[in-house]
Amino acid sequence: MFNRNEIVETITMIEQENLDIRTITMGISLRDCSAESSAAARRRIYDKVTSRAGKLVQTGRDIEREFGIPIINTRISVTPISMVAESSDETDYARFAETLDAAAKAVGVNFIGGFSALVHKGYTKGDHLLVQALPQALATTSRVCASVNVATTKAGINMDAVRDMGRVIKEAARLTADQGGLACAKLVVFANVPEDNPFMAGAFHGVGEPECVINVGVSGPGVVARAVKSTQGADFGAVSEAIKKMAFKITRMGQLVAQEASQRLQVPFGIVDLSLAPTPAIGDSVAHILEEMGLEKCGCPGTTAALALLNDAVKKGGVMASSYVGGLSGAFIPVSEDAGMIDAVLCGALTLEKLEAMTCVCSVGLDMIAVPGDTSAATISAIIADEVAIGVVNQKTTAVRIIPAPGRVVGDVVEFGGLLGSGPVMKVNAFSAEAFIGRGGRIPAPLHSLRN
Amino acid sequence: MRAVITVLGCDRVGIIAAVTAVLAESNANILDISQTIVSDLFTMIMIVDLSASNIDFQTLHARLTGKGQDLGMEIRLQREEIFRSMHRI
Repeated sequence: MFNRNEIVETITMIEQENLDIRTITMGISLRDCSAESSAAARRRIYDKVTSRAGKLVQTGRDIEREFGIPIINTRISVTPISMVAESSDETDYARFAETLDAAAKAVGVNFIGGFSALVHKGYTKGDHLLVQALPQALATTSRVCASVNVATTKAGINMDAVRDMGRVIKEAARLTADQGGLACAKLVVFANVPEDNPFMAGAFHGVGEPECVINVGVSGPGVVARAVKSTQGADFGAVSEAIKKMAFKITRMGQLVAQEASQRLQVPFGIVDLSLAPTPAIGDSVAHILEEMGLEKCGCPGTTAALALLNDAVKKGGVMASSYVGGLSGAFIPVSEDAGMIDAVLCGALTLEKLEAMTCVCSVGLDMIAVPGDTSAATISAIIADEVAIGVVNQKTTAVRIIPAPGRVVGDVVEFGGLLGSGPVMKVNAFSAEAFIGRGGRIPAPLHSLRN
Repeated sequence: MRAVITVLGCDRVGIIAAVTAVLAESNANILDISQTIVSDLFTMIMIVDLSASNIDFQTLHARLTGKGQDLGMEIRLQREEIFRSMHRI
């Protein structure tokens, strides 16, 4: 039997500290949906997604009600569309995005990820068509998320793809200028992309994954912030211990929900992703955890060390609580989705360069960064190149989700709405990397990729 | 199946009577009950066994939530596993 304090603690975590299951994501393989005719392939995709995920949303709601734990999103990830569409006669892949959008609407999920291509060593025919279709596909659909992997530690960096992604992002922003460049918020450029990530916008169902799988992402920055607050004045050993204990509790909840969803949907359980994902809600900020450790503002000297400790302690606590851990697993630092990060940018404490340093020690990268609308494609490519280089050399995932908001300048705030929040436009170094990006080709894999 | 019921709100006469009446009607067995009042705030925690219950979980959930609205209190019904998974290895 439980004691009173345990029951009260769980309820307080949920009611007052925003503990929730951020997403139950169903991964669905579309490898058997290829067809010579585009219409046939798209029909197969629609039918498979809607039949596999027909009960996903209702199952999420049932679990939420029975256990009293909020489940914020139910989502779908699919096989990278460049692979599924490649053998068809279609030349406009935006039509595949429309199919995914329609399937997502039919089953009631808010995002479907996998309008993706893996081009870290080069393009196939399908990859080319997909990258070409990205701006249009993201501008004309509302629920489709896209990602492109441009680098791995094993393959190095495809600088042609890095150059192209700068142009794609600019074009996607232009097509959604009236929404602040919203299309860019649904596009992630990766290095070392994980194949089982349940979080959007970067989720897709990897080629090594089973037919269908359930992955779960938990969240609880507010709970961790309270744990850190309770250690005021204590040394870092105590801070780390407090975070580990809390991460364990949060992850156990994720494991329970993942198993329950897997059993009810009769789909195997894949992984729990241990990431701490913030939202714009008050008390749900990763920046505030760092500030609880003793920093005046997130972004000041000491921030990278604080984030390193947080990221490591979350993993150590979480990994013992789940039978399978995967995805991105670490702390997310999306600027527009975190009230503390937004404040830190607005008061001048947090800069793009400091964020880049922070991505060396946490789970993702430059995430949900709004920059001035006149930032050039070459500069965006160069920012991507820097970020993926960090991932390639450190054998970790890094990513860039950047929004050159049309017509906006430093100091403006761009509203994206909902979980995407609002992004303060950040200052970008004005010197040019045009000639560097113009070179193209591949940056070879680092020496330590040769481990065999 | 076991579940945890928590009741929170301003203290008044008949809270336990009202909640237990709903449980008795649905043949839910109370295993443990504890109640305290801290500066007029009533909190009650009950552990119940629903294995012989004559209604399903969702219906009982709806009835207790409805009763909570009548009383002006917050009543939660949650399956026990969420507490077990968080606090027991």
